[in-house]
Amino acid sequence: MNDIAAKLGMTGDQLEGLLAILVRNTVILIGVINVAAVMTLVERKVSAWMQYRHGPNRVGPWGLLQPLADGVKFIFKEVVIPYGANKPLYLLAPAMAAVPAMMTIAVIPFANDVVLFGKNWGPLAIADIDVGILYLLAIGSMSVYGVILAGWASNSKYSLLGGLRASAQMISYELSMILAILAVVALAGSINLKEIAALQASTGNPLDWFFFKQPLACFLLLVASFAETNRHPFDFAECEPELVAGFNTEYSAMKWAIFFIGEYSAMAVMSALSVVLFWGGWSVPFMPDAPWYLGFAAFLAKVSVYLFLFVWVRWTLPRFRFDQLMRIGWKVMLPLALLNLLATGAMLALFGPPGAP
Amino acid sequence: MQTFEYAPGLVPPRAKTTDGDDPLHGELLKLNMGPQHPATHGVLRIKVELDGETIVRIEPEVGYLHRGKEKTCESLGWRKFFVHTDRLDYVQPLMNNIGYALALEALGGVKVPERAQIIRVLLCEMSRIGSHLIYLATTGIDLGAITMFFFCFKQRETLYELLDAYTGHRMNNTYVRIGGVYADVDERVQDAIEAWIDQFPAAVDEFEKMLTGNRIWYDRNYRIGAITKEEALAWSLNGPNLRGAGVELDLRKAQPYSGYERYEFEVAVGTVGDCYDRYLVRVEEMRQSARIVKQALKLLKETKGAEFLAEDRRYVLPPKDLVRSSMEELIHQFKIVTDMALPKGCAYHGIESSKGELGFFVASDGTSTPLRCHIRAPGLMNVQAIPMVSMGRLFSDMVSLIGSLDFVMGEVDR
Repeated sequence: MNDIAAKLGMTGDQLEGLLAILVRNTVILIGVINVAAVMTLVERKVSAWMQYRHGPNRVGPWGLLQPLADGVKFIFKEVVIPYGANKPLYLLAPAMAAVPAMMTIAVIPFANDVVLFGKNWGPLAIADIDVGILYLLAIGSMSVYGVILAGWASNSKYSLLGGLRASAQMISYELSMILAILAVVALAGSINLKEIAALQASTGNPLDWFFFKQPLACFLLLVASFAETNRHPFDFAECEPELVAGFNTEYSAMKWAIFFIGEYSAMAVMSALSVVLFWGGWSVPFMPDAPWYLGFAAFLAKVSVYLFLFVWVRWTLPRFRFDQLMRIGWKVMLPLALLNLLATGAMLALFGPPGAP
Repeated sequence: MQTFEYAPGLVPPRAKTTDGDDPLHGELLKLNMGPQHPATHGVLRIKVELDGETIVRIEPEVGYLHRGKEKTCESLGWRKFFVHTDRLDYVQPLMNNIGYALALEALGGVKVPERAQIIRVLLCEMSRIGSHLIYLATTGIDLGAITMFFFCFKQRETLYELLDAYTGHRMNNTYVRIGGVYADVDERVQDAIEAWIDQFPAAVDEFEKMLTGNRIWYDRNYRIGAITKEEALAWSLNGPNLRGAGVELDLRKAQPYSGYERYEFEVAVGTVGDCYDRYLVRVEEMRQSARIVKQALKLLKETKGAEFLAEDRRYVLPPKDLVRSSMEELIHQFKIVTDMALPKGCAYHGIESSKGELGFFVASDGTSTPLRCHIRAPGLMNVQAIPMVSMGRLFSDMVSLIGSLDFVMGEVDR
C-alpha cells in the first residue's frame, strides 16, 4: 500500500483516506438508487396487498426482479419529444428533478464512526459538513424547478398546469417545514446533522430522541415531506384524473423513469432526515455503545418504517385540492410551526439546553 | 384564487382577453378535456376556459358515442331491440331490459306473472347496487382514493359472477322478455345471492369508514356543486342527483311498477344538494337496495314453482318442447320471431334506474317495427347540469362534479 502511495506521490494514510471516500460514496449513491428501485416494487406489492391483488409476481421469485425488468424496458423504449417542446429544457427537466435528491443524500449520517480493519474511518456519510441542514434544505428545494421546467417545456396545457401547481405548492409548505426543523436546531444547538444524531444517541435512552421533545415539529415535517416529495395526498403536480399525468404527461422512456427515481430518492432523503432529526438517527435503544453496523441497521429499519408510511398513506387517502394545501400550509401549519418554535425558545430560555445540569 | 358559490344570475367576472399586460387578468387558457380524458367517464368532451384555475366558461359536448340506438329500434323490430338496450347504460344492462319490456307490456297489455315481477325487482336492485359501486369506485379514483376502486370492484366482481350464474353472461345479459324473464332463478343461485347480500352491508360500512368521515374526502365534496331544489327541478335532474338536492322523488314509490309497493325501503334524500349529499344518497341507496334484494329472495322462496313468463301467445315464445310437438305452437313461434306486431298506439313507461328516470316511449302503427322509439336517458339530463355546477369553481372540482353527477355515455349518446 505504502509503495503505491509513494509512486503516486502521497503518504499511505492519504491513499487509504482517498480509497475510503471512493468506496463510501459509491456504496451510498448506489444504495440510494437501489432504494428507489426497490421502492417501486414495494409500492406495487404493498398497494396490491391492500387491494386484494397479487402485484408483480412473474419476474424472479416473488417478483423481486421486477425493478430490473422495468429498468430494461425504460432504457429500450423510444424517447418521444413532443412537437413544439423546448428541447434543451425538456431534456434537462428530469435531471433537475432527480439530481437534487441525489445531492442531498450527501449530508445524511447513516451510522456512527465506522471502525473497520482496526481503524476509525469517520461517520458513514458522504460529507460531514457543519451546515448540513442548510445544505439539505437549499439543494432539496431545487427539485421543484425540475417539475416546473418539465411542465413548461413539454408544450402541453396539462403539463403546464401541473408545473404551476407544483410552484404554488412549494411556497406553501416549505416555510413551515423549515420552521419545524428550526425548532430541533434550537434544541440541539447545531445544524450539523451528525451532531444532532449523536446528541440523541449518547445515552441510548429512546426518550432522548427529539420526537419526545418535539412531537408537533415531527408531525409538521411529516406532512411537509409528503408535499416536498410530491406524494399523495399532495400530488397535484401529477394529479392523474384532471391533469392526465400532470407535469410528466409528455415524458416517456427513461426520462419518465428518472422523475420517479427522483421522487423515490427524495422520499428516502426525507425519511432519513426525519429519522436523524426526531428518531435518534443510528441510536439503538438501550445500547449506547452499539457497534456501527448495528446502528446502521437501526437507521435503515427506522427509514423503512417511514418509507412504508409514505406508501400506506398514498393508497389510503384521497387527494387534497391544491388550494386546500395552500390553506393548510399558510393557515394551519405555519402558525403551528411558529408557535412551536416560540415555545421551544421560551423553554430553552427558561431551563437551558437539554442535557445541561 | 377566488371561488364562487353558484347563484342564479351570478356570472363570474370574465378575465379580460385583450389586456395581456395585466398580470392578474392575462389570457384565458382554453383546455379541451376529452373525449379521451381519464376523468370524463367515457367519451364526453368538455371545452373549458380557465382563468388561472378558475373555470370561466365550460361547454360539454356529447355525441361521441352516438350509435343511433333509437333508429336501430325502428328498423330492427320490437323483440330484437332487447339486445341493444343492454348497450345503453352498460353498467346496469338488466335495468334497461326491464324498462324496455315494461314499455312494450304497457303497449301490448301483457300481464306479467308475480314471480317474474319479483325476479325483475331482484335484478333491478342488484343492477342498482352494481351501478352505484361503479360510481363510488370511479369517483374514488378521480379524487385519488385509488384503493376504493378495488374495494368496490371486489363486490362488483361477485355481483358479476352471480349474474353470470343466473343469466350466463357477466355483462349485456339480455335476460328479460316481454311478459317475464327468460328462465327461472335456480335455487343455488338464490343461495349464492343471499350469501353475497348478507355480507354486503358490512362492505358498505367499510366504504363509509374509508370515505364518509375522511376530512379530505369531506373537503373535496362538501359544498362543491350545490344544487338547490328549484334548480334541480328546472334542469330536470333526476335520480340521486335530484334526491341529493332534497326532492323526494323516487319512481319506485311515486308510481310503483313491478310490485315495488310490496317492498319495504326508505328513499334517501339530501339537504344541500352538493357532491357530498349525492355521495351519501348513493351509499344509502345501496343499503336500501340490499334490503329489497333480501325481501325479494324471501318472496322467491314463497312463490317457488310459479310461472315466470306470461302465457300470452301473441308476444311470448312457446316452450321449445311444445313447438316440436304442436303445429299451433310452431306457428306461434314463427309469427313471433318473424313479424311480431304490437297494437296501434303509443306507450311510455319510466323506471327508477340508478341514474334517474329511465323512460321508454314506444309508438306503434300496428306493424312489426316500431313507428318511434324514444329513450329518455337520465344521464343526458345530468350532463346538462355540468356547466351550472362547475361555473366559477376550480378546475380540480370538476372531477368531483363529473363523478358525482354520475352518467354513462352509452346512455347519454344512445
